[in-house]
Amino acid sequence: MDKMKETVLEYIVDEYLDEDDEDEVSYDSPLISSGIVDSFSMVSLKRFIENKYSIKLPDEEATPEAFDTVNSICRLVNKHLG
Amino acid sequence: MAFSNSTRSLLADEIEQIKEDGLFKEKRFICSAQDAEIEVEYPEGASHEKVLNFCANNYLGLSSHPDVIKAAHEGLDTRGYGMSSVRFICGTQDIHRELQDKVSVFLGMEDTLLFPSCMDANSGVFEAILGQEDVIIADRLIHASLVDGIRLCSAEYDTFKHMNMKHLEKKLELHQDRRIRLVVTDGVFSMDGDLAPLDEMVELCNRYNAMLLVDDSHASGFIGKTGRGTHEHFNVIDGIDLITTTFGKGLGGASGGCVSGRSELIELCRQKARPYLFSNSLAPPIVNGSIKVIDLISSSTERRDKLEWNTKYFREKMEEAGLDMRPGETPIVPVMLYNAKLANDIARDMYAEGIYVIGFCFPVVPAGKARIRVQLSAAHEKEHLDKCVKAFRKIGDKYGILGLGKNEIIEKYGR
Repeated sequence: MDKMKETVLEYIVDEYLDEDDEDEVSYDSPLISSGIVDSFSMVSLKRFIENKYSIKLPDEEATPEAFDTVNSICRLVNKHLG
Repeated sequence: MAFSNSTRSLLADEIEQIKEDGLFKEKRFICSAQDAEIEVEYPEGASHEKVLNFCANNYLGLSSHPDVIKAAHEGLDTRGYGMSSVRFICGTQDIHRELQDKVSVFLGMEDTLLFPSCMDANSGVFEAILGQEDVIIADRLIHASLVDGIRLCSAEYDTFKHMNMKHLEKKLELHQDRRIRLVVTDGVFSMDGDLAPLDEMVELCNRYNAMLLVDDSHASGFIGKTGRGTHEHFNVIDGIDLITTTFGKGLGGASGGCVSGRSELIELCRQKARPYLFSNSLAPPIVNGSIKVIDLISSSTERRDKLEWNTKYFREKMEEAGLDMRPGETPIVPVMLYNAKLANDIARDMYAEGIYVIGFCFPVVPAGKARIRVQLSAAHEKEHLDKCVKAFRKIGDKYGILGLGKNEIIEKYGR
C-alpha cells in the first residue's frame, strides 16, 4: 500500500504541479476540491492508474470524491485489485 | 402537481447553498446601450447609476457603433428578422455565405462555417471531425465550452499543464499510436489574459503530426498587428488548422460564432456538427452587422491600435499605483487579490466609485487566485482610464494593498 501511495503521489506531483508551484501534496491533501486536479484533467490520472495496476475503474466509481486524495485513490485501486 | 413542495424545497436548498458558498450571481441590469459609459440598475430596483464599464468583452467598442447598427437595420429591412430554419434546410441566405467568405479572408483560413454562438461551435467541432481512434490534447485552462465539446466527442482526451510546452511534447509522444492528434488551446486565455505560444505549438504539432485548434474568441479583431488574432501575433497563420471564434466579443458583441480552417474539416462540420444541424441560423440583422464589423476592421487598424494604446497606458498607471497585476499585453488585465471576499468587496466599492468591475473567484478561477478582471476597450477614452486607476488607488489604499505583492496580500487577507 505504501509503495502504491508513493507511486500515485509521484505521478500527481509530476503531472499536475509546476516546478514553481508552492502547493505541497501529501497522502491526505485534497486534490479535486482544492483545485490541484480538476474534473477535466482527472482523466490522465485515471488512465495512469488503470494502466499501472491493470484494472478498469468504472466511471460511476471514478468520482471526484474517490479521487480527492492519494489515500482514497489507493483504497479504490485496492478494492479493484481484490 | 408535478412541481411538488418537496421538489421546490430541494431546489431552494441548493440555491441557498450557492449563496452560502459566496458563488451566487446577482442580477445587474444595464439600462442603456453597451458602451464605455452605461446606466446600471444594481441592486435590482435601485435607481439607475451612470458608471464606466470595465468588464465587457467590447474590446473594439463596436457594440454600439453607428455603422454596425445601420448595417443591422439594413439586414433587418432587406433579409428579415429571422430564418425560421436551420442552415441546411432553408436557413442559408446570400449574406451568410458573404460573412463566411469574409471571415475566411480575414482570419487567413480556407473556409468558415457560422454557428449560433462560439459555444455551439466548440460543442460541435470535435464530434464532427474526430472518432474513437483519435485523441484530443488540451491545455488545462481552455474555455469551458471547449471542455464541453471535448466531452461530447468519442475521441480519447488528455490534458497538458497550462502553456507548458515540455508537457505538451510528452503528451504528443505518449499518443503517437492514435490515428489523429488534435491539440486544443485558447489563443488568449480569458481569465489571465495570457497568450498561448502558438509558434512553439505549431512547431511541436508539425514534429509530432498533430492538428492545432485555437479558440481565438478573446483575440479576433485586435491581437496581431492587423487584428487577425493570436496566430498573426506569432506569425503562424498557415500553421493553424482550425480557429473557433465569436462575434459576441470584439467583433460587434451581438452573438454568433464560427469554425474556420482547412476546407475538409469545415465540410465535415457542415455535414455532421450537431449545433449546426439542429439549431437556427444566425439572424439576418446580426449577419449584416457582423459583415460590417469585418469590413471596418479590414479597412483600418485604428480601433485595435487605440485598444493597444489603452492597454499599455492602463497597465503602466496601475503598476505605478501599486496594484498587483498579472503581467501581459492583452486588454484583459487581472488585478490579483487572491482572497474571494476581498475581490468581491473591492468590486463593490469600485462600483460606488462609478467603475463597473466584477470579482472572479473559484471555481471560475483556481482556488486562492481570486481577482478583479479589468477589460479594456477601444471605446474607453484616456479620462475613463484615469478615473478607473484613481478609483483603484482610492479603494486599494482603503484595503491597504497598494504596493503589496502576492505573499503580502495573502498574509493580510488569507487565500
